[in-house]
Amino acid sequence: MKLKKTAAACTLACAAMLGAAVPAQAQISGDVIRIGLITDMASLYADIDGPAGADAIRMAIADMGGAIAGKKIELVVADHQNKPDIAAAKAREWFDTQGLDMLIGGTSSGTNLAMSKIALEKKKPFISVGAATSALTNEQCSPYTVHYAYDTVALAKGTGNAVVNAGGKSWYFLTADYAFGAQLQNDTSTIVKAAGGTIVGSVKHPLSASDFSSFLLQAQSSKAQILGLANAGGDTINAIKAANEFGITKTMKLAGLLMFINDIHSLGLKATQGMYLTDSWYWNRDADARAWSRRFFEKQKRMPSSIQAADYSAALQYLGAVKAVGSDDADKVLAHMRKTKINDMFAKGGYIREDGRMVHDMYLMQVKAPSESTEPWDYYKVVQTFKGEAAWTTKAESKCALWK
Amino acid sequence: MEIFGIPMQAFAGQLMLGLVNGSFYAMLSLGLAVIFGLLGIVNFAHGALYMVGAYVAWASLEYLGLNYWAALVLAPLVVGALGALLERTLLKPLYRIDPIYGLLLTFGLALIFEGLFRERFGVSGQQYPVPDLLQGATNLGFMVLPNYRAWVVVASLTVCLSTWFLIEKTRLGATLRAGTENPQLVQAFGINVPVMVTLTYAGGAALAAFAGVLAAPVIQITPLMGSNLIIIVFAVVVIGGMGSILGSILTGVVLGLVEGLTKVFYPEASSIVVFVIMAIVLMLRPAGLFGKEK
Amino acid sequence: MSAAASHSAERWAYIGWGTGLVLLLLAPFIGIYPVFVMTALCYAIFACAFNLLLGFTGLLSFGHAAFMGSAAYVTGWLVKSAGWSPELGLLAGLVVGAGLGLVVGLIAIRRQGIYFAMVTLAMAQMIYFVCLQAPFTGGEDGLQGVPRGVLFGVLPLASDLALYYVVVAVFVAVFLGIVRIVHSPYGQVLKAIRENEPRAISLGYDVDRYKLLAFVLSTALAGLAGSLKTLVLGFASLSDVHWSMSGEVVLMTLLGGMATFAGPVVGALTIIGLQNFLADRVGSWVTVIIGVIFVVCVLAFRKGVIGELLAWQQRRRARAES
Repeated sequence: MKLKKTAAACTLACAAMLGAAVPAQAQISGDVIRIGLITDMASLYADIDGPAGADAIRMAIADMGGAIAGKKIELVVADHQNKPDIAAAKAREWFDTQGLDMLIGGTSSGTNLAMSKIALEKKKPFISVGAATSALTNEQCSPYTVHYAYDTVALAKGTGNAVVNAGGKSWYFLTADYAFGAQLQNDTSTIVKAAGGTIVGSVKHPLSASDFSSFLLQAQSSKAQILGLANAGGDTINAIKAANEFGITKTMKLAGLLMFINDIHSLGLKATQGMYLTDSWYWNRDADARAWSRRFFEKQKRMPSSIQAADYSAALQYLGAVKAVGSDDADKVLAHMRKTKINDMFAKGGYIREDGRMVHDMYLMQVKAPSESTEPWDYYKVVQTFKGEAAWTTKAESKCALWK
Repeated sequence: MEIFGIPMQAFAGQLMLGLVNGSFYAMLSLGLAVIFGLLGIVNFAHGALYMVGAYVAWASLEYLGLNYWAALVLAPLVVGALGALLERTLLKPLYRIDPIYGLLLTFGLALIFEGLFRERFGVSGQQYPVPDLLQGATNLGFMVLPNYRAWVVVASLTVCLSTWFLIEKTRLGATLRAGTENPQLVQAFGINVPVMVTLTYAGGAALAAFAGVLAAPVIQITPLMGSNLIIIVFAVVVIGGMGSILGSILTGVVLGLVEGLTKVFYPEASSIVVFVIMAIVLMLRPAGLFGKEK
Repeated sequence: MSAAASHSAERWAYIGWGTGLVLLLLAPFIGIYPVFVMTALCYAIFACAFNLLLGFTGLLSFGHAAFMGSAAYVTGWLVKSAGWSPELGLLAGLVVGAGLGLVVGLIAIRRQGIYFAMVTLAMAQMIYFVCLQAPFTGGEDGLQGVPRGVLFGVLPLASDLALYYVVVAVFVAVFLGIVRIVHSPYGQVLKAIRENEPRAISLGYDVDRYKLLAFVLSTALAGLAGSLKTLVLGFASLSDVHWSMSGEVVLMTLLGGMATFAGPVVGALTIIGLQNFLADRVGSWVTVIIGVIFVVCVLAFRKGVIGELLAWQQRRRARAES
């Protein structure tokens, strides 16, 4: 019978295959401080964080001397390809088998929401640097999650208000069809309506869409004044390009609700001049930022995005807390981080709130005209600074159960 | 002016875009139909060959300074040669056995190509400029249509109809069709059937590459551009009738238009409308609209 | 075959099965990451279910992931939002798999060979887009935070260890179930259909009915695999319904050996192990390697690992007796 004949083969095979599981063996590390970064390494968000973000964290580790109290500091990096299941599985595996002490979340809101849940389950610190969704500090807030750089509320309050005040009263949204896009559209709509504007309509596009033409046509036929781009990275770049190609820009103004310096660099000042954007940091903001950015530029040959700067700062602050507390115990370190003001090249006078939000200044900036730009990467002028709590969700608006 | 509550502008605009998409579907399903109709191979690697064609265009511009028009000739030649090589070395041994294995092999090939290009280029995509001659746009009144997209429609339909004519109406085409129906007999007439088969596969690959060059200025050139498209193209071929070349062309264009229409009235369904139609067609006419039961 | 030879073969068989099972039971205690093995076992169930259709009935379905993934979503939603207990969630997965399989099967069975495969592919794609759009699936974000619950009201599954043995039990049950089906009279008819369908028809069998039943059984078990995976990992995502997953399960079965029992298990463990091991080290090369394995298997290794081992065993015994 076939059953019996396969058995011997089966044993050998089973043994061999379980052997393939050996690399996934449990290794508890007590002598290493391990930081993990899970981000988009090769896809549409790779430029704004990606491998350069990992390098930024390595700069922080180097600045801390590479070790704390004799324990070496290590960084592990993984690519989540913007898929929440990959991010969550990797996070779980690292916490279970690699003794991961702290996880930094790179780009993509969906993946960060997933990782936040895993960190909560494993009771380890999770610092979300690249994600935008304000849900991380509202409906899905957690005592173990810190939302570090920026969020959709700040973007809405910044860019949304600025555009409405500049005369853009009727809006149509082109939205990336996942957590981030929906949240950004939501938060921006609230601000626009509160400022007296109207939302004419919206259309969702798949993540990493290759052809925006039909969505843009729909937007154009809505006759709204403003086309709000509730997407990011490669999607924003392609949408702006297509909008130019189809003459959409002749009848509508574009509002890029989430833009990074890499996007401006890709599109060029000619295509983007005059656009408003809100960001958490700019390399040319002050002397400290400039100094660090030049260091970054030497290796990467381009200026850092605010996310890459935040990667550095988050790692630095965490390691500083570990040093002060003398252990990598999650609760002790997080408690220390919540008590300490954050003062580095990324933020001055920043602090972590009960809902996990890292509160710091945000900047409303406008893209310079080509004639105004004095050197490569000199793209922005700061129009307005939102100090401290001004840009973020207020206690009254908050939906976080931990902050009542 | 409104149609069913939608302004004429939006309606006509989406139909126009649908026509452009339909031309792509027609071109790609043409290559698939040629390969399947004449050789009985389900060429899963078709999307990958399309992608390679686009990259050849990009590389020839980037490294050799060759313009778009040169690429339109070069890419099909290069990819056609690649196709011929693949057919000779990998596909020939499989003709004697279950055609399922041909499908699986081409699926594996698609993965290899996609993986290699991903490794080299990442997923982010390369830009390819619209050729100078076709720059700019024409204001058609109801929409602004970039000239390049109009060219795409013209070029693909011309190529599709020429290919159909070649295969169905000329002596060469007749020989091809005879050779795949009854190889021994045709071989007995002194025609080298294996070479003919190789050239047919190469021809299908060349068609895919041509579509790739056409697509390059419109969408980003990424390693995934083929796999995103290939499933829809398979559905088009199944609806049209898997062996029918005219069926694929017509179905491709019509489905592009239908998709465009769906985007106007019910955008959420635009990605599944092709498959819904396929299910309905299969229930009513299992061989497809123009197909013959094989 | 001499009496002594067959006795020794049987002894080998039981030693083999026993060792395999013991290894599986002891795995968490010898330092192997249980979540990895559980995930691999879920895929093994998926591959075994697929093999029932491909290896034993001769039907290539190129959209099998749709059944696994849909069941994964439904179970996830029922357990998370409707508060169902895990065993009912698994049952629901079985039902969803069977139901979808019935619908797709009714449309697809009319066609043969390549056409059948194409139809299943396109129907699966439709299901993919429905999953993408449906609000309860969470679209690109996936269905996250599915709790493991308490099995039968008595066994909390939150601990990896507890869930591990439940998964092993389900796997063994499914495996033995498939063995039973194949060896039954029904299974014999399937074999006849696979080997020579026209002859089976001429013998008076309602071939379409048999094929449809095989299809539904296969999709039901695939659904069970998906549901189990949701409980293990706590989420269901679009990767589960994507056509590349359908391709992977074909590869697992092909690599391991179609029409063998251990084949799909070996194939699943290999591919999952390979992906896990290589993912961080080599990035996109994983896709290339998978593609190369496909090509090599189709050209030179069509019997798969187990198939080749069996053939080698046969040759050895034939030589020994001559």
